[in-house]
Amino acid sequence: MSTIIEGLKYSETHEWVKVEDSLAIIGVTDYAQKEMGDITYVDMPDVDDEVACEEEFGALESVKASSDLFCPVSGTVTERNDALEDAPEMVNQDPYGNWIIKVQMSDPSELDKLMDAAAYKDFIGE
Amino acid sequence: MEDNLKKTCLYGSHVALGAKMSPFAGFMMPIQYTSITDEHNAVRNKVGMFDVSHMGEIFVSGPDAEKFVNHIFTNEIRGFEPGKVLYGMMCHENGGVVDDLLVYREFEPDHFLLVVNAANIDKDYQWICSQTEGFDVKVVNESDSWGQIAVQGPDSERIVTEILSLGEAAALTFYTYQESSWKGARMILSRTGYTGEDGFEIYTTHEGICEIWDILLKASVVPCGLGCRDTLRFEAGLPLYGDELSDDITPIEAGLGMFCKLDKEFIGRDALAAQKAQGTSRKLVGLVIHDKAIPRATYPVETADGTQVGTVTTGYRSITLDKSICFAMVDSAHAALGTDLNVRIRKKVFPGTVIKKRFYQTNYKK
Repeated sequence: MSTIIEGLKYSETHEWVKVEDSLAIIGVTDYAQKEMGDITYVDMPDVDDEVACEEEFGALESVKASSDLFCPVSGTVTERNDALEDAPEMVNQDPYGNWIIKVQMSDPSELDKLMDAAAYKDFIGE
Repeated sequence: MEDNLKKTCLYGSHVALGAKMSPFAGFMMPIQYTSITDEHNAVRNKVGMFDVSHMGEIFVSGPDAEKFVNHIFTNEIRGFEPGKVLYGMMCHENGGVVDDLLVYREFEPDHFLLVVNAANIDKDYQWICSQTEGFDVKVVNESDSWGQIAVQGPDSERIVTEILSLGEAAALTFYTYQESSWKGARMILSRTGYTGEDGFEIYTTHEGICEIWDILLKASVVPCGLGCRDTLRFEAGLPLYGDELSDDITPIEAGLGMFCKLDKEFIGRDALAAQKAQGTSRKLVGLVIHDKAIPRATYPVETADGTQVGTVTTGYRSITLDKSICFAMVDSAHAALGTDLNVRIRKKVFPGTVIKKRFYQTNYKK
């Protein structure tokens, strides 16, 4: 049974978003990290990179495979979680505590397309 | 789709153990039981076991069996004693690989066992049968009636001799086998494997394989999935048919020339001899990436000016070596050890260097 946190927004590609005013804090869900297995590398964009809604912004690598990360919102990267470079396994250990990037949103209305916790729970069918 | 997939005799055990199951070579196979990393480390440091019942067993016998096997097999089997196992390829006339396989010379004269890749069983069987004209041989595909377990790792001799009470295993050296029996049924016990570690492969009936698996589980031998089978073979520099070998890749290109005895006749010999004499336009190399990013199959390999000169065939963050490494098929002009090449990983380019393909020093019992 995967952990889902109330109050976050969720994408169909298993990213979560925590909204703080016009800032979107983005990570991957517990379901996603379980599906991936041991994460060995997190490929992140650089600060000031532009990211677009539903477009690839990086990837998670497990031993077996790589899995693209899709950005739930458009905007500019303001911060990336550099701690994941040396310790990618933290995404497995605490997927909600270890965000990947923070994005200054250019169109916060994109958040409306995302699911709330209850809808995401139905979506993953657990 | 899953309805069309075959199941090995151990399928029920995999599901009961909570394995992550996935289609592979037409079978529903366990990819991992707990974690690829833990299973990989169990084999490197202690012992693990694999269900490899999906592999194919094709028996060739008859007065012309030796002549025939030597005709379809790149390695030299003449002068090769009963109880020995030999690795090599079967090739098309143009040198492309039909399959890579193990040939066991059985103790019964004029009898050989060919162990082939699961994905190629039907293709191989048909191809072998199509080559038999003029040879007095019988070819039988017994793949569906044999199960197989690979016990691999430094502790495997103790497990096989003590836990399975197969004392004869201790006398085997790498790439030899013995005839044995399990509950009255034929059992083949060979000191072979696909991990770079010492180990054994045990072939017997489905019932026997299920019993052996359960005994090994009770003895805390770690069940290992195909996920770590791939990371282990890759570190040891061993090719996987479909990635490093195919109908369109020759053994010379893949760096397996030592298994092709060009001083004898076999199908594809002339093409391989010409490649050996003239050189091939492309070669399989090992690459280390000087970053944590991971090169994966199909990613482009480029020179500093951005020209693509090759493609990654298999790549991992090596669990044992903690380095990002890959096999890549590259233009021969860029294949020398020490050559700097880049790998394009998604949007970025990462520098790397050509190194030896045997990334990990193997530990076989000579």
